[in-house]
Amino acid sequence: MNSLPLLTIITLLPVIGAVIAVFTGRHSRAVAQVTGILSLLLSLLIWIRLPADGSIGLQELHQWVPSLGVQYHLGVDGLGALMLILSALVSLMSIDAAHRVRHEPGLFFALVLLLEAGLFGTFTALNFFHWFIFWELSLIPAFFLIKLWGGPRRGPAATQFFVYTMVGSVALLLSFLAVYHATGSMDFIDLAAMAASGSLEHRVFASLGPVMMWLAVGVLAGFAVKVPLAPFHTWLPAAYSEAPSPVTMLLTGGMSKMGVYGLLRIALPLFGPQIAAIRTPLLVLAVITIVMGAWAAAAQKDLKRVFAYSSVNHLGYCLLGIFAIAVHAGGNVADSVSQAAALNGVILQMFNHGLTAAAIFWFISMIQFRSAGLRGIDNFGGLRQPAPVFAGLMGITLFSSLGLPGLNGFVGEFLIFRGVFPLSWVAASVSVLGLLVTAAVILTVILKVFTGPVPQRWAEFPDLHGGERLGVAPVIGLMFLLGLLPQIVIERVNPTVQYLLAHWRF
Amino acid sequence: MNYADLFRVTLSETALDIAALLVLVVDLGFLRKAALQIRVFSAVLIGVFGCAAAVAVMPFQAEGGLSYPGSTDLLLATGGYTAIAQVGILMLTVLTLFFLVGSDFTKHVGEFVSVTLMAATGGLLICSAQDLLVIFVGLELLSLGLYVLTAFAKRSGKSAESAMKYYLFGGMSAAFLLFGFSYLYGLTGSTNLHEIMRGLFAPAVLNSTPLLYVALVMIAAGLGFKVAAVPFHLWAPDTYQGAPAPAAAFIASVSKVASFALLIGISAAALHAMDQVHGAGLVTATLSGDAPRFMGFHWGWSTLMAILAVASMVFGNLAALAQDSVRRLLAYSAIAHAGYILLAIAYFSRSNVSANAILYYILTYGLTIIGAFGAVSVVERVNGSDRMDAFLGLYKRNGLLAGILLVLFLSLAGIPPLVGFWAKFNLFAAVLQVNRGATPFTLVAIAVAMSAVSLYYYLQVLKRVFVMPPSNATSVKGSPLAMGVLALITIAVIALGCLPGLMQSWMASFYAGM
Amino acid sequence: MLAWTIYISFAGALMLALLPKGNAALARAIALVVAAAGFAIAIAGFASGAGQGRVTIIDVPWVPMMGIHYTLAADGISRVLVLLTGLAAVSGVLFSWNIEFRTNEFFAFFLALIGGVYGVFLSFDLFLLFVFYEIAIVPKYFLIAIWGSTRREYAAMKLALYSFVGSAMVLVVLLAAYASSGSHSTGLVSLANANLPVSFQMWAFPVAFIGFGILAGLWPFHTWAPTGHVAAPTAASMLLAGVVMKLGAYGCLRVAIGLFPHGLDPWGWSFWGIGSWRDVFALLAVIGIIYGALVALAQTDFKFVIGYSSVSHMGFVLLGLVTLTQVGVDGAVLQMFSHGVIAGLLFAIVGRIVYERTHTRQLGELEGMYLGRRLPFAAWAFVIAGMASMGLPGFSGFVAELQVLIGAWIAKPWWTAASGVGIVIGVAYTWRALQKAFFTDRLPRPDEHPKEGWPKFDPITWPEITATCLLFGATLIVGIYPSILLNSIEPAVKALLAGGMQ
Repeated sequence: MNSLPLLTIITLLPVIGAVIAVFTGRHSRAVAQVTGILSLLLSLLIWIRLPADGSIGLQELHQWVPSLGVQYHLGVDGLGALMLILSALVSLMSIDAAHRVRHEPGLFFALVLLLEAGLFGTFTALNFFHWFIFWELSLIPAFFLIKLWGGPRRGPAATQFFVYTMVGSVALLLSFLAVYHATGSMDFIDLAAMAASGSLEHRVFASLGPVMMWLAVGVLAGFAVKVPLAPFHTWLPAAYSEAPSPVTMLLTGGMSKMGVYGLLRIALPLFGPQIAAIRTPLLVLAVITIVMGAWAAAAQKDLKRVFAYSSVNHLGYCLLGIFAIAVHAGGNVADSVSQAAALNGVILQMFNHGLTAAAIFWFISMIQFRSAGLRGIDNFGGLRQPAPVFAGLMGITLFSSLGLPGLNGFVGEFLIFRGVFPLSWVAASVSVLGLLVTAAVILTVILKVFTGPVPQRWAEFPDLHGGERLGVAPVIGLMFLLGLLPQIVIERVNPTVQYLLAHWRF
Repeated sequence: MNYADLFRVTLSETALDIAALLVLVVDLGFLRKAALQIRVFSAVLIGVFGCAAAVAVMPFQAEGGLSYPGSTDLLLATGGYTAIAQVGILMLTVLTLFFLVGSDFTKHVGEFVSVTLMAATGGLLICSAQDLLVIFVGLELLSLGLYVLTAFAKRSGKSAESAMKYYLFGGMSAAFLLFGFSYLYGLTGSTNLHEIMRGLFAPAVLNSTPLLYVALVMIAAGLGFKVAAVPFHLWAPDTYQGAPAPAAAFIASVSKVASFALLIGISAAALHAMDQVHGAGLVTATLSGDAPRFMGFHWGWSTLMAILAVASMVFGNLAALAQDSVRRLLAYSAIAHAGYILLAIAYFSRSNVSANAILYYILTYGLTIIGAFGAVSVVERVNGSDRMDAFLGLYKRNGLLAGILLVLFLSLAGIPPLVGFWAKFNLFAAVLQVNRGATPFTLVAIAVAMSAVSLYYYLQVLKRVFVMPPSNATSVKGSPLAMGVLALITIAVIALGCLPGLMQSWMASFYAGM
Repeated sequence: MLAWTIYISFAGALMLALLPKGNAALARAIALVVAAAGFAIAIAGFASGAGQGRVTIIDVPWVPMMGIHYTLAADGISRVLVLLTGLAAVSGVLFSWNIEFRTNEFFAFFLALIGGVYGVFLSFDLFLLFVFYEIAIVPKYFLIAIWGSTRREYAAMKLALYSFVGSAMVLVVLLAAYASSGSHSTGLVSLANANLPVSFQMWAFPVAFIGFGILAGLWPFHTWAPTGHVAAPTAASMLLAGVVMKLGAYGCLRVAIGLFPHGLDPWGWSFWGIGSWRDVFALLAVIGIIYGALVALAQTDFKFVIGYSSVSHMGFVLLGLVTLTQVGVDGAVLQMFSHGVIAGLLFAIVGRIVYERTHTRQLGELEGMYLGRRLPFAAWAFVIAGMASMGLPGFSGFVAELQVLIGAWIAKPWWTAASGVGIVIGVAYTWRALQKAFFTDRLPRPDEHPKEGWPKFDPITWPEITATCLLFGATLIVGIYPSILLNSIEPAVKALLAGGMQ
């Protein structure tokens, strides 16, 4: 174990970068890019350093507030490290996309970096106190990014975003305090071990009575708002569309993953039996999220809103996988294989969707830049003629989002369905509808935007220039890489999945 | 009993009388043609020396007082609470005399000082008197002097009017008092306090308890008038407002000290009588029989005092809220303060705890009120009126005076670390030490609550002094002597408040010989 | 050593009172030096006392005949609160740097108030505590009446009278306790060990709690607070909300709970779930939390929002106190410190930085001034202060509220749920104020856009920046490393709850 506290460093790095960015004004983008690249390299280093057995590695542990059971406890396993890479990647993409921030660029990039730090902190924390700090604090940069640089209706969008999430957070906090009171610990690993042995339930019952289900609901509520799970998703379309596109990239690429990560790190380990008990309603909600997200996307006329709802849909698959796993496994080998598949799928989907969705919004921002702000589906047509490279690269990204085999988007969805079908074939079947509708939506977008006759005003639509190509190319390359050789990720994720499943009790 | 013995216990009174006569002689005899300033100065000087002499001779008085021939009952007491009260009276008289310097309400300064000294003599006599007739003589000596002093500002109609009211009221209450005394004499056949108190336990008195109650009410009326307790207070606002400043200060301080010393004497006598009779088993025997449960002087007296106390506290504070004239405000607050003290009279202790607390309170109150009247009179002299508006913006016009008013008024309100707070605390602690029951506790709670109410009207004056802008920017100048005395009083108020032990140990020293 | 904080404050006040008028700069300098010295002593005392239990500073007989001693002592709770006072004093002086009217008197009253507050926190004799408690009332009156704004004379009188009534109730309890315990002593330790009868404690406790609670903003006796805070000049509001309200809470803890613990015992019968004074005051505290938050949500005057939010936050303190659990009371004391700093910050921003420049506190009018662009320092300062006030993690308020909530869970779960509602409403009103005042949604019209079109505001002065950073630093440090204070608070609370003040 290396003595360098890598996890602390990676979390602090963007903070330092943010402070520098505030003071450098015009050069803040460069500062941010450097910080972003360094973070990415660090996250890759962490990925390499992961323990082979899938348990939590690179741990750092210090006493913080002993009387409250609060420790400075950091650590990552395959899941966490993958999220670190995702966050670093998406942040870098977002910074690249934000090349024309007219108003207060220093503040803008500082907030972006702070948001990145918030993401890093959430994905590495192993003590509730610490985790909650970053969970809540990341709301602030996001709020201000939307509020100060957003579109015409940004005010209500930002407020809705903030208030919804805060309410969920309060429910989460209260439930966790009850758990702390019952057990005296705030440590995720300890609590997971207690839950696995059954003593968590006993302790909660002993000190508070039959409130375990309430606590589970409270915790789920906090995450349900963040992911989001229908019907708590109503803040999302407004926030995603009103936010400036680089910010949307962060929202969809990073912040939504915080919710899913929370479900995997906190909800499932600690409240397994409770979630299993209400599995059916939860599955119903997940399916609704998937289907509704796709249908709603189909009805939108604004490109950003289309993909906002599409994000809801894609995240619904993660939720589907998570809730499907929560079944009382009776030692049935097939079931545990399916669970492993679904969980692998969920984690991969988190990464892939993050990457793909961020890329989509990146392209949308490029469109907006070239069209002086227009981004309606019907505003464009036949863009592949004046801008073939653009059309090609965006097309690849869109196909990945659709789930075309060979691209990264397929792998996650495939594994999820592979796992969920045996666990709950009804849910899986209905969710296929979502797949179909999503395909229709994406094809429609390609059709309307890239094919067909070119309207006069887009005849001179500029193609991607060198700098943009340089930025986008690695992302596209990654999509192909992960689509064709997913095992480079799975080989690190699967041990974690096996480890987690072995320690979860439903 | 011969005059030599009498002389030996009345050395202080004698010194004062000599001084009074000396003032008259010097002023009317030698300084006829001199300027007013010089006459005032010399009169005050002689008066101050007289008081100083009175204090100086006190240790030489016969210890234990003067008793009747062939009996152990005292006719005139010395030492203990009597001595404390007497020294207090003398010091307060000195302070009021200082405020005479620089005032211009009368040309007859010699007479003024002389009457003041004679009234003070009456006060001294009251403190030591243990016989009804001597009490009455002392009271009248004090009161007549006060009536005259009130009327001294011949150019002011208010002065004459208030003196007339005071005189009529006072005369009537003196009559009540005497009537009550006569009943006591009738019931017990003696005019000595101690003998009366003992005699009231006799079986013969039991059958005439209504007479005793009548007597108690009359006496309460008479003495209530002296301390300005409700409902015998009606003279106070007018007198405080109309009398010239030194006279008002004198009334507010010295006469109160004397009256409360008298009340202490009566209550102490009643309690001691109870002790002696109790030892004889008389009280318990009658308590178990069909005889009225409450006999003797004490119970009725306690109840009456408590009623007067509550009425004064509540009414005095509430009425002060509505006042626009600062002098009337001080008058009503005086009524309220009298109410607090009467509580301690109602719940009087066998040891000297209550007596000490009462004396502490009234002496420091006297000091503070003299200061307050002095400051008010300085403002009055410049502005011509004592209405609240006259005090507007005083902080700009005379910062020292504003600071003095701040300290004195806050002390009256009972804000620590000033002496007024300690006096109140001490008083209430003494009451609760005597009786921890629900009733005295409720009364103390009412007193504390009323004290909170009083903060309001004191702050109203202070608000005008410090907060509100002045209506005219004329500076307010007081004579150097007056300002000096005021400053000294203020320092004393602060020092005694911060170090209450000083005065307490001083008072304790008077009991050392007893 | 800590006692010097009291003495130099009063000495400073006296010096300033005697200063010739017209020399405002000298007055400010003296005030700052005295306040800073007090703060330095407070820090030194805190550091040197850390780890020790109760340290007696001085104990001399004062009025031997009544057993009253001049006893100054400091345990962990006192040291933390003294630290808070020092902090509030320095930042208060800095934020009052621009006062030109009767400057020396202002700082004289200010330092007198600070001295009184130091005295309360360091007194370990009930009589002495009461004396200092009352001393603090008069400077408050004058600070508001002379230098305040809206309806200042009314607000000042209301505040003075409410405080005085509260202290009158405490006086009654003091007298009764003194008499009941045999009239030997008024020392806190000896009264705590006096084994006062339970029936006595049963009524003494609520009277004392309410008496102190009035000053702490206990609902429904809180009505002096919003009016008073709004009317007071900035430094006075900072002190009022920041420190003086804590006097009340401290009194509730040290005197009411410390001396009359059996007053919290169950009555033996219950009525709608209320079976002891503990339930009653918990209910009042929770009502205060929610009521304060709801009313803050409806205000149109910026300062009133902060004023009512103080009532709401103090509700947390009082709730924490009556949970009678180690963690709950720890949280209450930490919240005293945290809210003291945060409220000071909020009032400073609203009063000094915004109001003195815009001359309006109405949110509707501020909305049209685009302060987010024109006063960025104020905007961002309020963002951070607002976050701290909401209880966002990373700031001191979060840890404190966390502990209070845990304590409430232990005591009675529904209190926790109600407080959670209060937190959510807290987010709402802070948000609303933030939006309306600084980050309005109304886009500026084209002619309003360029900054040159607007009249320039006075630049932010160095005292404002220094004081803001000082307060930020405090809340941030405690938020990230709460043990720095909790290490002192926990043993002291443990000793106090164990009874008898060992």
